Amino acid sequence: MAKILMKGNEAIGEAAIRAGCLNYFAYPITPQSEVAEYLSKRMPEAGGVFLQGESEVAVGYMIFGAAGCGQRVFTTSSSPGVSLMSEAISYIAGAQCPAVFVNIIRGGPGLGGILPSQGDYFQSVKGGGHGDYRLLVMAPASVQEAVEMMMMAFPLAEKYRNPVMILGDGLIGQMMEPVEFPDHLKSEPTNKDAWASNGMDTRGSDKQNLVKSLYLDPQQLNDHNLLLKSKYEQMKKEEIRFEPYNTDGDYRVLIVSFGTMSRVCRTAIDNLKEEGIEVGMIRPRTLFPFPESAIYDAAVKDSCTSVLSIEMNMGQMVEDVERCIRGQRPVRWYGKCGGEVPTPEEIMDLVKEYV
Amino acid sequence: MQSEVMFAGFGGQGILKSGAILAHVAMEEGYEVVWIPSYGPEMRGGTAYCTVVISDRPIGSPIIKNPRHLVAMNRPSLEKFAPTVRPGGVIVVNSSLVPIRSGRTDVDEILVPATDLANRIGSVKSANIVALASFVARSRIVDFERMKKCIREEFEGKGDFAALNMAAVEEGLKAAQK
Repeated sequence: MAKILMKGNEAIGEAAIRAGCLNYFAYPITPQSEVAEYLSKRMPEAGGVFLQGESEVAVGYMIFGAAGCGQRVFTTSSSPGVSLMSEAISYIAGAQCPAVFVNIIRGGPGLGGILPSQGDYFQSVKGGGHGDYRLLVMAPASVQEAVEMMMMAFPLAEKYRNPVMILGDGLIGQMMEPVEFPDHLKSEPTNKDAWASNGMDTRGSDKQNLVKSLYLDPQQLNDHNLLLKSKYEQMKKEEIRFEPYNTDGDYRVLIVSFGTMSRVCRTAIDNLKEEGIEVGMIRPRTLFPFPESAIYDAAVKDSCTSVLSIEMNMGQMVEDVERCIRGQRPVRWYGKCGGEVPTPEEIMDLVKEYV
Repeated sequence: MQSEVMFAGFGGQGILKSGAILAHVAMEEGYEVVWIPSYGPEMRGGTAYCTVVISDRPIGSPIIKNPRHLVAMNRPSLEKFAPTVRPGGVIVVNSSLVPIRSGRTDVDEILVPATDLANRIGSVKSANIVALASFVARSRIVDFERMKKCIREEFEGKGDFAALNMAAVEEGLKAAQK
């Protein structure tokens, strides 16, 4: 298929349809409103449903309802909207229903601003809602990757019966890049009989499904949490995705960076190479599960003397980077907030302080 | 080799559209492209700008502080962005609305009365296409004929706009050759 030029937000909407998802419920918020604009036209054309909820709280439970019925469903929002959905996300994870959430992050906290940010790393990776649950979190660095991650997100959500989060920032949503919608990522839900409460006559067994997250018996709730934990452990074994950049040779500094920020770092690394300074990078494509051993292995290479976690926030992922390097190398954070994005020149100057 | 073009002007001047058309042409020529709009808290009639990055390699940072070229459709845009253009670039100034010049001697500055030319051929709405055509003719950043084809396809089926914008392309070309 030929490449077409598309805005990230529109491409995310189209990718969901191409992946086989025909239910989209949302509430508009900058910088992701174009997803709703696009799908309000495109979903009916594709035979699907677009519904604008009265709030993000309502949208979260509309997603829960549709997922509980075995329907592929997704929503998109931006930071404050995702906070409002977080209660429902916890319920969906607790009830083991698959759904896809897209957060096109804007600056926070509170209403913050509307420009790109990576300030919701903690919210996505460490919780957001209450209780012991995890989201499978993928962070695209281009519009094409956002398309591919969207298309992968639905089967992954169903494989684990767990919500999947696509974590982009305002730039991923707003910029246009050439994209292709890969046919091989089209998929069909295969296991919905395991949880869908859509009527006994829809499946060829007499198994009753009950969508719930309430377990008043402590032993049952403990067992339920152990079951959830086993899924998160399985994600750690099977779903880690990352991209190494310039890590084949000897480098003095290792950068860990994701999403839009990693592209800026890539430019800095290319420019530094021309000046004879080698810098490697590990770009986590999944933020949970986190590429722990890849980062550790790259950091403890003999030539590498320090590690930089570069983020569009005040230092969130750096805590995970420190955790996986286990004190073997000094780890420092660099970043900016609120729509200010560190430039390649700033990163080059920073690296030069360490070589 | 990477080039960046900034299009800037008032909201409503078709700034984002002319950038998107250039990005589309460059994509058809096989380049890597990124189009980034300004999406700050702007109001109607406020400033609008976008940057198009064209490269023969995967594009790293999409955020450009110093573009190679500038198309300035109003005075505030020229004042704000002309100092950021890298030496050797092209600056197109919409001289119908901008009474000043960039003051730069290390760039190729051309004055195109895009708004007046567009009015003369029928509608002010095509001023962005006049300026785009002048810019492409002067910078040769993409093939002029391919740009023409993309503009034709873009406005096909949109009634009088198709013919209007094809006339705008010719006006822009003539202005760049002066």
